[in-house]
Amino acid sequence: MSKQYQFKLVLLGESAVGKSSLVLRFVKDQFDDYRESTIGAAFLTQTVTLDDQSTVKFEIWDTAGQERYKSLAPMYYRNANCAVVVYDITQTSSLEKARTWIRELQRQADPSIVIALCGNKTDLSARRQVSQEEARKYAEEEGLMWGETSAKTGEGVSEIFTAIAKKLPLTAPQASRAGSSARPAAGRAGVDLSQQSTPQAGGDQCNC
Amino acid sequence: MDEVYDVIVLGTGLTECILSGLLSVAGKKVLHMDRNDYYGADSASLNLTQLYRKFRSGQEPPADLGRDRDYAVDLIPKFIIASGELTKILVHTDVTRYLEFKQIAGSFVYRDGRISKVPSTELEAVKSPLMGIFEKRRAKKFFEFLQGWKDDDPATHQGLDLDKDTMKKVYEHFGLEPGTQDFIGHAMALYLDDDYITKPARPTYDRVVLYTSSMSRYGKSPYIYPLYGLGELPQSFARLSAIYGGTYMLDKPIDEIVTDSAGLFVGVTSGGETVKAKQVIGDPSYFGAGKEAEGGKVRVVEESKVVRAICFLKHPIPGTENSDSVQIIIPQNQVNRRNDIYIAMVSSTHNVCAKDVYIAIVSTIVETDKPELEIVAGLNLLGPIQEKFVSITSLYAPTADGRSDNIFITRSYDATSHFETVVDDVHDVYKRVTGETLVVKKREVEVQE
Ligand SMILES: Nc1nc2c(ncn2[C@@H]2O[C@H](COP(=O)(O)OP(=O)(O)O)[C@@H](O)[C@H]2O)c(=O)[nH]1
Ligand SMILES: [Mg+2]
Repeated sequence: MSKQYQFKLVLLGESAVGKSSLVLRFVKDQFDDYRESTIGAAFLTQTVTLDDQSTVKFEIWDTAGQERYKSLAPMYYRNANCAVVVYDITQTSSLEKARTWIRELQRQADPSIVIALCGNKTDLSARRQVSQEEARKYAEEEGLMWGETSAKTGEGVSEIFTAIAKKLPLTAPQASRAGSSARPAAGRAGVDLSQQSTPQAGGDQCNC
Repeated sequence: MDEVYDVIVLGTGLTECILSGLLSVAGKKVLHMDRNDYYGADSASLNLTQLYRKFRSGQEPPADLGRDRDYAVDLIPKFIIASGELTKILVHTDVTRYLEFKQIAGSFVYRDGRISKVPSTELEAVKSPLMGIFEKRRAKKFFEFLQGWKDDDPATHQGLDLDKDTMKKVYEHFGLEPGTQDFIGHAMALYLDDDYITKPARPTYDRVVLYTSSMSRYGKSPYIYPLYGLGELPQSFARLSAIYGGTYMLDKPIDEIVTDSAGLFVGVTSGGETVKAKQVIGDPSYFGAGKEAEGGKVRVVEESKVVRAICFLKHPIPGTENSDSVQIIIPQNQVNRRNDIYIAMVSSTHNVCAKDVYIAIVSTIVETDKPELEIVAGLNLLGPIQEKFVSITSLYAPTADGRSDNIFITRSYDATSHFETVVDDVHDVYKRVTGETLVVKKREVEVQE
């Protein structure tokens, strides 16, 4: 049987850079100019199949708007296996904000976390303020993955997530962390509160 | 900020975050603010830097304690009863998906100068060193009576009426010694004082049943605990609220609660701007707690004080079979007090501190003007203490139910060792705010494939 991995992926970045739109494009291949964030969606999942037929299932956490007024809880990026830190290529200030998030992750998140810096809204390149060279150079210095996307046209979106999917199984600490905090995998497991009601789905997705 | 909200919530403590989450799920437009730049208010868990800033202003954490980020030190010592009301809310709101829980490894009680495991089944009671041979037989009968009780089957009642007879009468019926009564009432029913003895036996029965059913759920103790500390609980309910449209603002000093000429709530002023809403909910610190009444309305009163000592140890608590986490109850009678002393200890197993560090919190309700001396019996059980952070906190309650002015104030976190009273407060405030009884029912699962 081919391998199955499950990873927690979080989105970070300034408000309105297109985080929710990127998720929507990646998961549902949709885009909406006037979309209010999906009410009630705790997280979305999307599975990427790699060349060797192994699958990487992303459990994608969107910020639920909590980034807007400096109120993103540490719990959000705790145990994240990967983070996509998004900036808007038409807003220099949004790259500054991305740098702040990357510093925060380097300080607080698991040291093995895979971080991808993502310049969004390439369809608006006429109004570009952040050059590719500048962003790529910064990413190289910090050891981050880097890519540009347009959630609107779809350009680069599956590429950046696939690149992460390829890198993760190589870098993530063996199984223990993968699958997110909500569904402990092996080891001295935590307790499952719902054990008396319904058997947990998802536990079978264990990645070992 | 010209949007109008249904409810403004002030303070991101657990009570407020649960309410915020439930109200957002119910379709209310919620704005949730906190003066601090972190979640949790009084129910936060702090890292070393935050802890030292709070208790040892100007002093750096000693290097041998390890990395700052490994710490999540609770300010309020409480555990979650496995079959209790908080667990129900966690499961039914599905916030369990953000959290991971572990058991607390042991539950102990102090008697005659030493500590022993709390027996929770007849079998354990029979083996417990807490009782002599004859007392064991009597206790066994008592537990069999509890387990066999059926409301509609008088044959199981042994002539007792749980709703009319006092607990005293029940104890006497089984001839239980005062020491046995102590551990049943305090270590299992989790009463902090002895007032329950002269009241009808039913609530005590309910509490002992809750204890034993929680105990049987995971095996080692009736308690569970979230990895990374209790501060994860408010954060996860805040996320629930945000996902249902709630707006969050941290680091927002609140200048004023604005009311109209009739005293009715209008809005909240922060940084010179006033946000309007129909109702406000908040913890006592946003409504004058701890401040001199400035001619305005007195909205909260101090009911009692709690002394809490957060102690860093480099070893498990002696006599607890090297447990990585425990609760120890010292019943008041055992140390000539009116209120129990209570110890809660967690460790790196729960991702709240560096490896080989153990964090024990000793607490009790203050009875004298020398609170620190009141917890000595508890501190003495810990062995050498590496670091100790002592606080004396006032517990506040609202003076009014909020129905007349749309200002709804929650209660401070009390001295009980669990969250059942917090959930009582949630139910109570929810009812007053919405006019409806909170029914905790399972939501549709919102994972989208
Ligand atoms: N032109 C263009 N607009 C985008 C793109 N991605 C997002 N947007 C728009 O930017 C605004 C903010 O997007 P949103 O996904 O809500 O950002 P978030 O706050 O980071 O989650 C919305 O109006 C989107 O329609 C993109 O790639 N190109
Ligand atoms: Mg968004």
